[in-house]
Amino acid sequence: MQLWLIPLLPFAGFLVNGLAGRRFPKGAVNAVAIGSVLLSFAWVLKTLFTINLDAINQEHYFTWIQSGALTVGCDMAVDRLTAVMLLVVTGIGSLIHIYSIGYMAHEGGYYRFFSFLNLFMFFMLVLVLASNYLVMFVGWEGVGLCSYLLIGFYFDKKFATNAGNKAFIVNRIGDFGFSLAMFYMVRNFGSLDFGTVFKAAPGASEAVLTTIGLLLMLGACGKSAQLPLYVWLPDAMAGPTPVSALIHAATMVTAGVYMTARSWVIYTHAPLALNTIAIIGVATAFFAATIGLAQTDIKKVFAYSTVSQLGYMFLGVGSGAFSAGIFHLMTHAFFKALLFLGSGSVIHALAGEQDMRNMGGLRHKIPWTFWTMMCAAVAISGVPPTSGFFSKDSILVAANHHAPWMYWLGVVTAGMTAFYVFRAMFLTFFGEYRGHAHPHESPPLMTIPLAMLALLSLGGGYIAVPAFLGRFFPTVEAPEDFTLVAISVAFGLGGIALAYLMYIARPGMADSLAGGLKGLYSLVYNKYFVDEIYDAAVVKPVVGGSRVVLWKGMDVGFIDGMVNGVGALARRTGAVLRLLQSGNIRSYATWVLFGSVVVIVALELGGGAR
Amino acid sequence: MPISFPTTLDLGRFLPEILLTVFGTLFMVLDAVLQKRSKNLFGHLTLLALAAALGASLYAGSEPGPAFGGMLVVDGFATFFRVLVLGVGMLIVLSSYRFLARENAETGEYHALLLFSLAGQCLMASANDLIMVFIGLEISSIASYVLAGYLRDDKRANEAALKYFLLGSFATAFFLYGVAILYGSTGTVKLDQIHAVLTGPNAPFPVFVTLAAALMLVGLGFKVSAAPFQVWAPDVYQGAPTPVAAFLSAAPKAAAFAVFLRIFTTALEPIGTAWEPLAWGSALASMTIGNFAALLQSNIKRMLAYSSIAHAGYVLVALTARSDTGTSAAMFYLAAYALMNLGAFAVVTHLSGKGERYLTLDDFAGLAQKQPFTAAMLTIFLLSLIGVPLTGGFFGKFYIFKAALDSHLVWLAVLGLLNSAVAAYYYLRVLVMMYMHDPSQAVQEAEPLSHGLQLALVLPALGTLFLGIFPNWVLEFAGHSAALMK
Repeated sequence: MQLWLIPLLPFAGFLVNGLAGRRFPKGAVNAVAIGSVLLSFAWVLKTLFTINLDAINQEHYFTWIQSGALTVGCDMAVDRLTAVMLLVVTGIGSLIHIYSIGYMAHEGGYYRFFSFLNLFMFFMLVLVLASNYLVMFVGWEGVGLCSYLLIGFYFDKKFATNAGNKAFIVNRIGDFGFSLAMFYMVRNFGSLDFGTVFKAAPGASEAVLTTIGLLLMLGACGKSAQLPLYVWLPDAMAGPTPVSALIHAATMVTAGVYMTARSWVIYTHAPLALNTIAIIGVATAFFAATIGLAQTDIKKVFAYSTVSQLGYMFLGVGSGAFSAGIFHLMTHAFFKALLFLGSGSVIHALAGEQDMRNMGGLRHKIPWTFWTMMCAAVAISGVPPTSGFFSKDSILVAANHHAPWMYWLGVVTAGMTAFYVFRAMFLTFFGEYRGHAHPHESPPLMTIPLAMLALLSLGGGYIAVPAFLGRFFPTVEAPEDFTLVAISVAFGLGGIALAYLMYIARPGMADSLAGGLKGLYSLVYNKYFVDEIYDAAVVKPVVGGSRVVLWKGMDVGFIDGMVNGVGALARRTGAVLRLLQSGNIRSYATWVLFGSVVVIVALELGGGAR
Repeated sequence: MPISFPTTLDLGRFLPEILLTVFGTLFMVLDAVLQKRSKNLFGHLTLLALAAALGASLYAGSEPGPAFGGMLVVDGFATFFRVLVLGVGMLIVLSSYRFLARENAETGEYHALLLFSLAGQCLMASANDLIMVFIGLEISSIASYVLAGYLRDDKRANEAALKYFLLGSFATAFFLYGVAILYGSTGTVKLDQIHAVLTGPNAPFPVFVTLAAALMLVGLGFKVSAAPFQVWAPDVYQGAPTPVAAFLSAAPKAAAFAVFLRIFTTALEPIGTAWEPLAWGSALASMTIGNFAALLQSNIKRMLAYSSIAHAGYVLVALTARSDTGTSAAMFYLAAYALMNLGAFAVVTHLSGKGERYLTLDDFAGLAQKQPFTAAMLTIFLLSLIGVPLTGGFFGKFYIFKAALDSHLVWLAVLGLLNSAVAAYYYLRVLVMMYMHDPSQAVQEAEPLSHGLQLALVLPALGTLFLGIFPNWVLEFAGHSAALMK
């Protein structure tokens, strides 16, 4: 099988470009970066075609940590869940790598960008292939590192580095939960290996499983930007757009969903933890969608949309419909990557403009971008028979089975989703052009990946992921209900119609509505002031506390005082110290003699004289 | 015992020492005979000799067993330390090329002395007999004394050498005295036989055995610079040429620990309860004195000297554990320590400039701006010395304190961990200097890294990371050989 080749190929690309890329021409950088990812994709295909996915396909490379009873190996494995993830990661990853050649053509730090991107692929594939929690955690931390590096890619801009720091620090909270969950597993199961833990889990007490489940959930909330840890993701859009598409839409942020689905044995025996996931998911989906309604930066709209769609995935997984969650993960990877890459193409065409108020009427100027993005917009709105329809539908049906109020909240969210996505489409591509740049269509290197993603967004629903995963996860017997489906589709179409009414048919209506509901509008426009609240409640006290208590008090007062005190003490007892370390050989010899006497007396008293 | 010519098997097991001695002697002759030669000739030849000795050690290690009627024993433990000291020798040679050229020093004698010293250390690693231990110790030490004063025109080096020599002889006398008493009370100098006598029905009067143990502890404590016999180390490390100081902190120390571990965990294990409290005290004192004194140093070599005292303390913690896990933890730690410390010293060698003018902490200011690669390498070594994960130093400390906890030495582990937190302060200070200050005079004048130094930085850095990511490969070997040693 040689699974190690899959992550190691991108890693080799990272090493080559990272060490020598500075001296390479762009063509060579491209060949290394894209070639390594394509080869990795090819190896995934070859592996999946040649193995039996229902057998245990595990490879043990070496024993990593051996300490007492705990053994952690560097092990990788492929099963049906991993197979889906591998295809998404390497497939979408390849397309986005190709797109990046065009997008980054005029940017500085070209080789640096591609080497980080390859490093990200390496860690993401380690995360997906891992067959124990610790190796998964290595990938988990690694993708976090790459996310940090790529958000702060334009490191000469203050807001970009701040956004990178924010993402990194907020994720620490989640990772703390993940670490604690691992400690708990070691304590209760004596292992971190998936096989061992899942075999032992049904026999463990529910309290233990619930604790582990909730701690893992905290980790997933950080990585997958769920309430209350979602705040880093919108800011993460400071990175280059391909990064937003690959890391902050299609792959890394779905790691939390993947990890939860991977741990399904634990969760099915911890209903409280599972229900908490569903509640967090549906709340995040709704909450983030409302913020998306009023954003004016095109990438911010899609960022909140990502948070909201991740909430859907959590809802699906939390409702016990693990395969539906993973199905939506895949279709979302198609259409959200497309929306981001399309918006990147728009931004590229307008020489960096991201504010939708300065766009408009672009559909004739950049038709490829327009039509492909339209496919994604239809898909995310859940219009049949596009991919989003199938996956969202399966989640909502499961949610209705789990708790009907979650279904209704989900349906309303679906309506809002359709509204804000089409609002963005109408503001960008319809009406009159309101900016001053000279829009031009992007090169084929960018439009071809867009077209391929458009096909996947439209037709991806026919990839039978639920059936494929049905043999992996326990099945939920949620009855198909045509009414439920019809209602959610109606909400989606209603959202599109409302957006058409407000932004095409009656262009003044949006402004007057915002004027009429001034308080509410400003609340939503300012994202419920969550950043400000966190700033006041967490950041300021921490910074202030660090300044006053840790720096002024602890560092200057205590530690420096101690060091100075030691210095003063040293000076005062200088006579003794000089005797000790005088450089004088006779005194050294005396010291050795003195020490020997102590040693001999101590030993004789301690053991010899008995 | 009838005298007979040694068998080929004996000679094969002794081959590393033979090779080192032959090459060393050859260098002395060549040095006198050759008029014209390339200035790097001896360095290259030494690398060749060390590679040959390394191959011989591995070859001998592939077929373990005793040699010369049990005076030597080539087991996994011996092979581990032979490979370790020979590896240290190679790194020292690599970082010495530029240094010797810069200081216009003779190269022939330097490398010959290095080889002799290493021969002594290889002998110490495989000695299974107190007389052999003593001979190895002396071969190693005498060459080291001369190396410490190798720059004849440098007053500091002369002083260092003389101090090292006088105090070293003094300490060796203690060791020898201990050997004599042990022989007197047990009637043998072979380690396994001593163990048998001490556990047998005719065990000698304990006062003499413990006295012997105490005296040997003094002698070996001096060699590994453990408190309260550490006083010589800062002065000698500071005065000796930097590559030599690096050598002293790694190879003789590792070999002395090998002897320490072998004698105290095999021959003297029966009186373990007697010496354990003393090792406990010495470990704690070494860690504490080393770390707290290092806090106050402004000279980088002196700081590293105190830090090496502290690290000796950590290894003593492992010895105090008196278990196979403790022994293997000590072996792992010595390997990790040798790598990271040699790397750090190599940077000091590089930056100190002709005549070793730049040795203060302030001289490291801004190194990251001018030579980011050198700074990055030093960062790895310092992080490893602190014990940050993903470096060998982390797993070294982890295994040592785990061994201590397994042996119920809770307080020693707690105090040791607190100590390593203190240590973070003075290592981090160097990092702050390198990355957050404007370049100093020393950094402005620093020449580009020579090829030898590049290797002397990259190899230990890779080794440090390797031990930090794949600790098991070395640890498993160490654990295996520690269990077999008895």
